Amino acid sequence: MDPVIWFFVLGLVAGLAKSDLRLPPAIYDLLSTLLLITIGLKGGVELARSDVAAVLPQAAGVLAIGFVLPLLVFPVLRAIGRFGRADAASLAAHYGSVSVATFAVGVSFLVERGVSYDSQLPLFLVLLEVPAIVVGILLARGLRSGQRWGKLLHEIFLGKSIVLLVGGLGIGWAAGSEGIAPLEPLFFDLFKGVLALFLLEMGLIAASQAQVLRDKGLAVVLFGILAPVPLAAAGAAAGWLMGLSVGGTTLLAVLTGSASYIAAPAAMRIAVPEANPSLSLTASLGVTFPFNIFAGIPFYYWIATALHQWGG
Amino acid sequence: MPDDSRRLITIVTEAILEVELCEALEKLGATGYTVTNARGSGNRGIRDAGWSSSSNVRVEVVCKEEVAQRIITHLRDNYYNDYAMILFESDVRVLRPDKF
Repeated sequence: MDPVIWFFVLGLVAGLAKSDLRLPPAIYDLLSTLLLITIGLKGGVELARSDVAAVLPQAAGVLAIGFVLPLLVFPVLRAIGRFGRADAASLAAHYGSVSVATFAVGVSFLVERGVSYDSQLPLFLVLLEVPAIVVGILLARGLRSGQRWGKLLHEIFLGKSIVLLVGGLGIGWAAGSEGIAPLEPLFFDLFKGVLALFLLEMGLIAASQAQVLRDKGLAVVLFGILAPVPLAAAGAAAGWLMGLSVGGTTLLAVLTGSASYIAAPAAMRIAVPEANPSLSLTASLGVTFPFNIFAGIPFYYWIATALHQWGG
Repeated sequence: MPDDSRRLITIVTEAILEVELCEALEKLGATGYTVTNARGSGNRGIRDAGWSSSSNVRVEVVCKEEVAQRIITHLRDNYYNDYAMILFESDVRVLRPDKF
């Protein structure tokens, strides 16, 4: 197993054992900032070398996936999960949107195995973050007037993760690999270390969801484990159809299989306050995130490999 | 002698509401406010400020009685049902009544 995963386990165990271990919130913010910029920069540098005309139709396809995923999740939650409209819409937004931390672990997984991935994946990460949140709000609210869309769109598009990812992509694109070289020690060489510390804090946060998990019980656990697999399989199929490499297909599956725990909770809390925030957060952070980094990512890699071997 | 008694309203609520809450306070006639990060426990569980989704803020406003009533009504109508929020008020004396 990738050693960074053990830091998540350490955080989880320390949190469950009620250790006083705790990273200051400012450090957590710095670590997530570093991760977001690194992913953006890396994508920007690679993207500058690739053919924009080939990437555009793929980008449109990925954007469409972002709108469709929550529409698939929502009716299942309503019919089988018997969730209320607001809760189902909120969960659909969380699971349609993406998790940067899961993506970072996926990148680390591929690097460990020496598998390369397509340069446009960080761009896809940006494209997948927003649509599901908009769809989730519409599912809960309809097109009713009175919704403060201006304020909401500001919240969604100028959220920290979008600004840093797009900023990183732009800077990487403009500077190119030569220009970025002096920044490499901080952003690229330290990537694994930063990710390890970040996962330590994620473990602590996931442990804090354990109490809620005990109260909500089986439905949340089942959904958190069962939802990512078909979602990731759909992403893998899409990646394969788009002609992505094995690494790229794996990462697109990781993206569609992951659930947001930063952008979506913040937006849904403002837009759909009657939805229970701990329900979606516990499912995405307490169940799906650990599931993905332990079992999901290797499994999605296996799916991607199988698709490419079988489909050629 | 000018009237130097005012109301102090203290609101403890989810950090995510900070921006819109402060905008509303100014619109309702408060001349200023103070925000601090907070943590604690209540019927919405432990709010420990460990990371952004579980952090609280404590907003304090010193204002005249009629402004206080407007603020209380606004918060009760818009936030009490769906958000973790408590509010309490008390009487205070201020040294410079023209400021509040």
